[in-house]
Amino acid sequence: MYNQTEIIKDTSELGADGELVINMGPQHPATHGVLHLVVTLNGETIKKIEPHLGYIHRSIEKMCESLTYRQFIYVTSRMDYLSSHINNLGCALLVEKGMQIEVPDRAKYVRVILSELTRIASHELWLGAMAMDLGAFTPFFYAFREREMITDIMEDTCGARLTMNYIVPGGLMYDLHPDFQKKVKAFITQFKSKVTEYEDLVTNNVIFQSRTKGVGILSAEDAISYGCTGPVARASGVSCDIRKIYPYEVYDKVEFDEVLETAGDSFARYMVRVKEMNQSIRIIEQLIDNIPEGDFVGKTKNVLKLPKGEFYTRVETARGEFGVYVVSEGGTTPHRIKFRSPGFSNLSVLNHISVGSKIGDLMASMGTLDLVIPDIDR
Amino acid sequence: MFLKEYITDVVTGVTSLLKGMRKTGYYFTHPKEIITEQYPDNRATLLMSDRFKGEVVMPHDANNEHTCTGCTACELACPNGTIKVVTKFETSPEGKKKKAIDTLVYRLELCTMCNLCIVACPSDAIKMAPNFEHSVFDRTKLTKVLNQPGSKIREGIE
Repeated sequence: MYNQTEIIKDTSELGADGELVINMGPQHPATHGVLHLVVTLNGETIKKIEPHLGYIHRSIEKMCESLTYRQFIYVTSRMDYLSSHINNLGCALLVEKGMQIEVPDRAKYVRVILSELTRIASHELWLGAMAMDLGAFTPFFYAFREREMITDIMEDTCGARLTMNYIVPGGLMYDLHPDFQKKVKAFITQFKSKVTEYEDLVTNNVIFQSRTKGVGILSAEDAISYGCTGPVARASGVSCDIRKIYPYEVYDKVEFDEVLETAGDSFARYMVRVKEMNQSIRIIEQLIDNIPEGDFVGKTKNVLKLPKGEFYTRVETARGEFGVYVVSEGGTTPHRIKFRSPGFSNLSVLNHISVGSKIGDLMASMGTLDLVIPDIDR
Repeated sequence: MFLKEYITDVVTGVTSLLKGMRKTGYYFTHPKEIITEQYPDNRATLLMSDRFKGEVVMPHDANNEHTCTGCTACELACPNGTIKVVTKFETSPEGKKKKAIDTLVYRLELCTMCNLCIVACPSDAIKMAPNFEHSVFDRTKLTKVLNQPGSKIREGIE
């Protein structure tokens, strides 16, 4: 552990070798939450970045140990709140795997459609916020316009806009809203006609390109050794999509491409996410007309008890691999639970990719890592 | 060579900026495509989804009767201890003792709107209401009693 006096150094005093230590955060608007970065500078060049965590630690893992297998799912919405649906799915999959619960096909299809909608919503928010970090204000509103359609769909179907808690072990909490298919199709048409606006506003913008190209380069070897997953690793050319490698639900039945870029810089990470949104649309288009009729929840016992042993499942959230590890002693509550969050590993690479660059580039490399702080701290 | 690069940079820079400005100008001249809602002013016309999870309520019919049997399934399903069911025993005219709720205390400040209590309820006595304006001046006002005073269980609900 670090010493408290070490962090709050007198910033007015220059170090012996001309080094300046500044504290970025925990309330800096560009850190999207309570992330505290201790940045050591030499002039404008970054010498070292030390993230200090714990400002939003709620001990979710410990809390889950006192909740039953039905109850602990809702807490995971509060970790990575932008892909809360996929977090819930990971936990539900673990309980289903442990108890061998049969999930109806209808539930599987709906789960995948909602997961992909969540992924698009998360990337939309990231695109807007990232462009805003780099000084472009308008894309934020354009991205939120499309995201609003998804949150409306979520509100109609799940009853909440962010913390859905729609997935229960065995299926879904209640059946789809009658308007669901109509609204999703309307969203797809809207999204397809408006996605060119992002290209005009952000991708082809010279200022945006010169601020992100060649900034924060992460090689494929480093991405593997730091444990990066998701779009961060895929931008470096590491194939790590859980939906492809270990398909869950109906991902093995749908056709989609794993988006890979090789440059590894901030612009590649941006492009991976923009292309991933189109792939998610492709998945939804294949499934939306083929949702089978039938039950939306399988038969489960009233009291869920996992057999004695260890269980692990993983899903692909908007940020990377999300893993749930449960040690069960055969009771109604987990004995020990551990979440593998993608944000933590992706944050650990920040020091490596930013050292030697200017402090202005830190915004670009940090923004493209797509950090969600409650996911890192839990 | 340098001059040529410089001029190309200027031209591509200006074109890309103009492309972006064209989008902005389009929306400036097409105000019908603007979708912003002026929230506090549009309260009368604001439509919430019928499934929106705002708070837990207990529907009562015209005779001030509800369907809650006091089985405490919601209390057991709640992850945060939001619901507290206080039961009493009522004596029917035939002299039979019957379990019924005295009060169903609901603490809105602890509720995370996870919907587990609604799913657990065997007699559909409680449901989620789409009301979302919960701010009050005193925290104690968030502790609510869901069953109305003088209400009783509907006939035929076991």
